[in-house]
Amino acid sequence: MAGPRGPRPRRRFSRRNIFIYGTLIVVSVYYLLPLYVMIVTSLKGMPEIRMGNVFAPPVEVTFAPWVKAWAEACTGLNCDGLSRGFWNSVQILVPSVVASIIIASINGYALANWRFKGANLFFTILIIGAFIPYQVMIYPIVIVLREIGLYGSLWGLVMVHTIFGMPILTLLFRNYFTSVPEELFKAARVDGAGFWAIYFKIMLPMALPIFVVAIILQVTGIWNDFLFGVIYTKPENYPMTVQLNNIVNSVQGVKEYNVNMAATILTGLVPLAVYFVSGKLFVRGIAAGAVKG
Amino acid sequence: MAATGRPIQLFRNLNAKIAAIPMMLTAVVIFFGCSVWTIVYSFTNSKLLPRAKFVGLDQYERLWSANRWLISIENLFIYGILSLIFSLLIGFVLAALLDQKIRFEDTFRTILLYPFALSFVVTGLVWQWLLNPEYGVQAVVRSMGWESFTFDPLYTADIAIYGVLIAGLWQGTGLVMCLMLAGLRGIDEDIWKAARVDGIPMWKTYLFIVIPMMRPVFITTIVIIASGIVRVYDLVVAQTSGGPGIATEVPAKYVYDYMFQGQNLGQGFAASTMMLLSVSIVIIPWAYLEFGGKRRG
Repeated sequence: MAGPRGPRPRRRFSRRNIFIYGTLIVVSVYYLLPLYVMIVTSLKGMPEIRMGNVFAPPVEVTFAPWVKAWAEACTGLNCDGLSRGFWNSVQILVPSVVASIIIASINGYALANWRFKGANLFFTILIIGAFIPYQVMIYPIVIVLREIGLYGSLWGLVMVHTIFGMPILTLLFRNYFTSVPEELFKAARVDGAGFWAIYFKIMLPMALPIFVVAIILQVTGIWNDFLFGVIYTKPENYPMTVQLNNIVNSVQGVKEYNVNMAATILTGLVPLAVYFVSGKLFVRGIAAGAVKG
Repeated sequence: MAATGRPIQLFRNLNAKIAAIPMMLTAVVIFFGCSVWTIVYSFTNSKLLPRAKFVGLDQYERLWSANRWLISIENLFIYGILSLIFSLLIGFVLAALLDQKIRFEDTFRTILLYPFALSFVVTGLVWQWLLNPEYGVQAVVRSMGWESFTFDPLYTADIAIYGVLIAGLWQGTGLVMCLMLAGLRGIDEDIWKAARVDGIPMWKTYLFIVIPMMRPVFITTIVIIASGIVRVYDLVVAQTSGGPGIATEVPAKYVYDYMFQGQNLGQGFAASTMMLLSVSIVIIPWAYLEFGGKRRG
């Protein structure tokens, strides 16, 4: 661990340190509590939930709620649990992430290194467009998707995610490629390399870190999407978040809190895994992507 | 594309232009075209299907006389202003604490940021559970002996929106903290040394020197939070479904309900146009500050 260097501080238990660590620990407990409650609840049986309080650890650990949430819980007409939504989400996620990143990286490269007339205008519309409330655009997109025959299908949703990922990703890639030394680009041009040759042979190999950041952003963003999923797909194609909401907020029947919590954890698992595996990059990506503007 | 008088100009960098076509289409057709389409159709009396029968400001008059819309706006204001203030305040304080060259910085940062990786639906459901008076915080405190303790924001119409706020802050402050931390790391060490030499107390250094220096970070953060606030939808749907009654309705939900369930497209278009207007009030000054003054290539 690359900690602070130099002489060791003399007093470890100064008032300042107690204050800092004390505050951080209290805050951390607060932030972790919901996760703890989710896990604990998902491992209890219903009788135990009705009797005890939410913070008590389970007396008898049971994995039945997890099985039920994954394979048996009902959403609408289907009773095959979240598994259907999980595979839908995977089928949506993979092509959306691949397509949006390919398109955005080429866009960013074209914008940064091949400044052509009018490009800035389109780019400005794109960036401002990122802040337009989705609600203004959702209905016309329904019409567009219906016209091209993709409304209700997984591919329609893939297209929507690709489109809405474009502003932030293009911005990331453009900023990154702008920082690549211009001499490199000029030397390649002198050697006779064209648009695609420079992209594949010089820019792509250099852009690995920004690709990772883009992947993290897109995976978490697309997996967590609810609004587009609910609007642009049919019930059998619903992504996992939409299914989760339908399972938990269904009005009929007794509320099975343990199943609900297991379902909630299952849905959060993918972005959480991405986040824990690539935590540092995630942080750097958010900071770089947002602060640079 | 038709040949113009100066083909050389058009075909320069042809590959780059072809490569940028998806971006251009998105910018023009989706972001520009679709927004304009919605604005135009907000002046029609479209019901189940959009139709071009213009009725002037009728939809807007109906919108602003609808109680549900007024409550949505009020909720957005309460939620928006409080979440802006608290997330900036909490985010900055946490970032300042993490910036004190402490041990386990990574651990603390991970804990504070992980909710941001979760979806609003997940966040909403968890907090629905925690704030449930029969099992959640209220029940726990009561079981410890305070029998009359009451804390059931999601079940009391007057304060339900604050229940949503609690969940929203839990999810979002981590991101603000990260942005602020990035901003603080961008401040030159020498500033701190100089302030210490001059004997300026720490809080004064933050308030009068560091925060003013972080103005760009603050502006970017505010823009990001604000545009997220206007869109808030999933959280409300998952946590309260707009209830109890219509106590936690928000504009985004109003738009969705009218467009896809109420079969009253015109009303939905008018409401979404109002959302666009409110975002423009935040975005245009920012875009002007960011891109207007100094053109960069």
